[in-house]
Amino acid sequence: MVSARETAGSVPDPELPALTIADLGILRDVREADGAVTVTITPTYSGCPAMAQIAADLRRRLERAGFRDVAIRTELSPPWTTDWITPDGRRKLAEAGIAPPTARGPVLVPLAVPCPRCGSPGTRELSRFSGTACKALYQCQLCKEPFEHVKEH
Amino acid sequence: MSENENEFDAYLSLADVTEEDHRWAFGTGFADPLAGLGEAVPPGVDPAALAERCLALGDDALIYSHRLQQWVTRAPELEEETALANIALDLLGQARLLLTRAGQAEGSIPGKGNRDEDQLAFFRDEREFRNVRLVERADADFAELTARLLVFSAWRLALFDRLTADPDPVLAAIAAKAVKELTYHRDYAAAWVIRLGDGTDYSRAKAQAALDALWPYTGELDLDAGPAAYLEGVFAEATLTRPSAPPLAPVAGKTGRDGTHTEAMGYILAELQSVARANPEATW
Repeated sequence: MVSARETAGSVPDPELPALTIADLGILRDVREADGAVTVTITPTYSGCPAMAQIAADLRRRLERAGFRDVAIRTELSPPWTTDWITPDGRRKLAEAGIAPPTARGPVLVPLAVPCPRCGSPGTRELSRFSGTACKALYQCQLCKEPFEHVKEH
Repeated sequence: MSENENEFDAYLSLADVTEEDHRWAFGTGFADPLAGLGEAVPPGVDPAALAERCLALGDDALIYSHRLQQWVTRAPELEEETALANIALDLLGQARLLLTRAGQAEGSIPGKGNRDEDQLAFFRDEREFRNVRLVERADADFAELTARLLVFSAWRLALFDRLTADPDPVLAAIAAKAVKELTYHRDYAAAWVIRLGDGTDYSRAKAQAALDALWPYTGELDLDAGPAAYLEGVFAEATLTRPSAPPLAPVAGKTGRDGTHTEAMGYILAELQSVARANPEATW
């Protein structure tokens, strides 16, 4: 039987389906005791509309895997940060044509966001906001392709 | 598409009426956004005062989010439209968390029921809302939009920075989450205020007029307790003058925080609440 953690970790993110909620750091904890499973998730942004969908998907996957007693908890603190996106998650973002977040915190020189298609560091921010709350819109000045970037948060 | 992929298609799950809790739109009937966080108000925290604090901050976010949503399909460019929709969504998320917490705190007072976020948002009348009057105004133009967003976000950011140390751990956690979002909102608005103020004569006149128009409404915000220095910096870079207009007078000693609102408030609530009130049992 697949473990509860593995099952919960396999749930894709509804807005970034190439990544799982474990890749994104949304899955915070999975506990199993006496056949009961308690899953703790955290929202990326306060208004993330995907939370109800994620909770429903978690419940469905776990119940299909044979876990009958499933509880989903939300945790706000400490607040989610892009630092929790795993190395695997960053690789999958890049493969999906979305530039992964760069390092957070004080940096002496702002880091360029390289183009996920051609790798050129010559890119510019078109908008600090994009199709979902966690992304910004960029354009590559070399290959001219617009792309999304998961912004440092 | 394999069956396994189908299972997570948002559009299919919308149609899948037999599945519980599958909704992909905002509306009534959502699960508690604070599910599992623990409802208890810690000892030493006055539940009535906590409910009042959460309600006021939740109402600010709810009403302002609604005003920002009214810009969707009206923004000058797609990028601004996306930005404003995202900012409105962040504030709506903050409102959901804060109203839920307000309901929990109120419900812990003996003899009071626990109202959920939907009951608080859709079934209170105007005088029960505690938002500041600044958020009620309709924006006359894009300059007014960006000027108000700057002042509101800078003020709320300073306020929430302090709330991260609130004795109620739930409110402190909501604030810590919101601080990151509000920083983005403030910086977005500041960039536009500077661009308009330090732009052409026409855009500068519009930006100054916008600041002048909203300034009386800032009397309810404690600007000197935090964002004043930041705002002075932005105004200087934007070549704008901080207005000296006196604050909007209270009505019989009462302001937005006491439930006394401007004429604009009734129109917002009519739009915000009409569907929920016409179909009080409906869920999405």
